[in-house]
Amino acid sequence: MNEQEILAKKIEKGDFQAGGEASSKLKDLLRKLGVESALIRKITIVTYELEMNIIIHSLGGEIRALVSDKAVRVIANDNGPGIDNLKKAFQPGYSTASDEVREMGFGAGMGLNNVEHYSDKLKVESNADKGTIIQAIVEL
Amino acid sequence: MILADIIKLLNLEVLVETDNKMEITTACGADLMSDVLAFSQEKSLLLTGLTNPQVVRTAEFTDINVIIFVRGKRPPKETIELAKDKKVALYLASKPLFECCGLLYANGLKSEDIRDIN
Repeated sequence: MNEQEILAKKIEKGDFQAGGEASSKLKDLLRKLGVESALIRKITIVTYELEMNIIIHSLGGEIRALVSDKAVRVIANDNGPGIDNLKKAFQPGYSTASDEVREMGFGAGMGLNNVEHYSDKLKVESNADKGTIIQAIVEL
Repeated sequence: MILADIIKLLNLEVLVETDNKMEITTACGADLMSDVLAFSQEKSLLLTGLTNPQVVRTAEFTDINVIIFVRGKRPPKETIELAKDKKVALYLASKPLFECCGLLYANGLKSEDIRDIN
């Protein structure tokens, strides 16, 4: 499968103002590539959730997107601190977000559940030393 | 209902205008953007008391074309600028969320189909 990287963007911890910029850029790029709008919607919701997760929960990280004829792969990797309890993190309604984050309308405990729902394949690796790498694939 | 009718019904103040003739068939009222991202299934109108730019981002990614800020809460400049850039229409209602939703529902707008999360 011949994949091409179309997006690589650093995401800063706590930078709510910039939240959504990577996803918005990806949306524009996918539109230019002629991807169907229902699929763009799935991919950008997944990317936005992952982007906000890095801002809210991590020490900073990066969002990358790779495209092939068959799929779009979004990779979110961060510098830690890792997800304590993966099973709980996927549970609807479970969240460790701060009050500040909740006041912004996030931290409802739907993020990863949502990423899983809109992705065709999802791989999550997380540990305290290396941080978290999430790969979400949406088939075209 | 077309957007122009909704503007009249709720006595809305225009913040960012796009297309008043747009047909609106469903709406959702939420202050949790995570829930909008999780449950929003189709193009619709969002009523919310949150005014930060992430509300416009949420609309951008879920293909929501219109946002109504309720309870007279005026959004900051960044929110308005982003909405202009993303072509999302913004309105201000002085009525609370419950009343806005009630009026729209009574006048034929339906809630969107939401997915089962369990």
